[in-house]
Amino acid sequence: MISGIFHSTYEDDMALRRTHAQKIRLVILIIFLLAFPFFANRYYLTLANQIGIAVIGAIGLNILVGYTGQISLGQGGFMAVGAYAAGLLTVNLGLPWWASIILASLFTALVGALFGIPSLRLKGLYLAIATLSAQVIILWVVTHWTAVTGGNDALVVPDPYLFGIKINDDFNFYWLVWILAIIVTLLTVNLFRTRFGRAFIAIRDQDIAASVMGVDLFKYKLLAFAISSFWVGMAGALIAHYRNIVTWERFTVDVSVLYLAMIIIGGLGSVTGSYLGAAFMTLLPVTLTNLGRALSRVFPVVDTVIPFIQQGVFGLVIILFLILEPEGLNKIWKNIKDYFRLWPFSY
Amino acid sequence: MPLFIQLTLTGLTNGAILALAALGFVLIYKSSDVINFAQGEFLLIGAYVIFGLIAQFGIFWPLSMILTILIAVLLGVAVERLVLRPMIGEPIISVIMVTIGLSSLLKAIVSAIWGTIPQAFPAFIPSTPVKVLGASIGADRLWALGVAVVMLALFNFFFTRSREGIAMRAVADDQQAALSMGISVKRIFAWAWSIAAVTAAFGGMLVANIVGVSGELAGFGLRVFPVVILGGLDSIPGAIIGGIIVGLLESYTGGYIGEGLNQVLPFVVLIVILMVRPYGLFGQEIIERV
Repeated sequence: MISGIFHSTYEDDMALRRTHAQKIRLVILIIFLLAFPFFANRYYLTLANQIGIAVIGAIGLNILVGYTGQISLGQGGFMAVGAYAAGLLTVNLGLPWWASIILASLFTALVGALFGIPSLRLKGLYLAIATLSAQVIILWVVTHWTAVTGGNDALVVPDPYLFGIKINDDFNFYWLVWILAIIVTLLTVNLFRTRFGRAFIAIRDQDIAASVMGVDLFKYKLLAFAISSFWVGMAGALIAHYRNIVTWERFTVDVSVLYLAMIIIGGLGSVTGSYLGAAFMTLLPVTLTNLGRALSRVFPVVDTVIPFIQQGVFGLVIILFLILEPEGLNKIWKNIKDYFRLWPFSY
Repeated sequence: MPLFIQLTLTGLTNGAILALAALGFVLIYKSSDVINFAQGEFLLIGAYVIFGLIAQFGIFWPLSMILTILIAVLLGVAVERLVLRPMIGEPIISVIMVTIGLSSLLKAIVSAIWGTIPQAFPAFIPSTPVKVLGASIGADRLWALGVAVVMLALFNFFFTRSREGIAMRAVADDQQAALSMGISVKRIFAWAWSIAAVTAAFGGMLVANIVGVSGELAGFGLRVFPVVILGGLDSIPGAIIGGIIVGLLESYTGGYIGEGLNQVLPFVVLIVILMVRPYGLFGQEIIERV
């Protein structure tokens, strides 16, 4: 049992991982991530890729909702913007996939900042409703601006190639997505050690006091929306290139709700929470489907109600987590860590 | 001219039903500061329960209506007790998410029991066209309008004259003061949620008569937002007027401009109202105190 964290150099004090236990856990995680694709079959690789994309989107959303306190129900719309922008840039302008992903993310950041303008006048509930209407409006524009987006038709995106390697093959895409996820993680964790990040947290905690102290609410709220939408747009663009198809049905209000559920169940305002929540909410429907299929061999009636069980359990899990553990999986993880750290005095 | 009358009447009936759904929404917000994202699902449940009672159990329709109302009351009380009571004092985003989760759960339960395919509803209100001022409109829509108006008048009376109604307004205004006057805030919350479920169930019954039952009915829940923001989140007359305005707006844009635009225009109006006058037409301004 350790009695405290004592550093003797500035490097140790400023490091991201300061104790031995943290460093060992990080090394284990990295070894697992590196080894996983070599041992997993195609199905699990697809799942891992999905989780990776969800992690990027969830971290983006957490920057806005968890760290800056601006409730946003518009993620589905922003992901749609990212996906359609990336797809259209690749298909119509012939840009290489990496350029269209970056440009699409930048464009989504602009759109996000635009729809973040109401946040300067609105808070909490009203902002949630404003972003909900942003979601509806964006989706309407996507489905009705047929000249650009093809309306209800699916937009087909060609396979991305790099030096002749097919990137959206499950194995190769794993590397792309998880390297990006690690980059996003590092950037976000360091963001909250800079001036901007602290301004975001100040806005969340007490925005009036923050503005009295000199934090320009206008600039930093828009910046929060922009940075968050950048990552959410990147997640959308990755989906476009991974699945080769962009359809509006993948970006409805339910997707917004799903991402909010990810960060709330995972833990608001923490990057670890985003990881846990993204993994949990991606694996939950899959586990339920497999469970249902296994059960339906014994009780055939289960087969017909599986999609409803998925939806119902989704809602039920959200309700239960919010009633029983409002701080999410992150808090549970912290409790586990504390238990072992303080053992045998962990009461 | 007849097109105008036609559109006005359609808009009024749609608006009346929206106002009914919005009324429950405003009621819950007024008394407990909670936004109920599951209001659309309450409407859905009302429609499907009466469908089940009439079509599947063959119960005579007035009795079915009464049973549906009883079930709605039970639903409201159950939701308040089990889901919202533990959420008192939590930050608003948690409360919003809990009602979103609830809406997902309720939708799943309804789909599991009755399926998602739209079903024909044995309408107990005849839909024979009636000529009004040169335009013809189905009698069921006129009945919907009439019933909605009567209900709204009843609620107005309830809130201004009856003891429970005034108690609810007191709780909405200041919970501490209401508690010190001996009003049981817990009972008021239960009342608020039950009434919200009942109004939504009424709206669901009326809508089911007009268009039948399907999973689409939950979409009403989303359209309620422009209504309550326009009217003011904590104003009951605002819900009524907001509902009528949004209903007419949708109808006129659909009739005069084109079918696609009328779905999105209420939301554009919503954002404009939020920027210009966030508290709506009749809402109370919230002054932030540091």
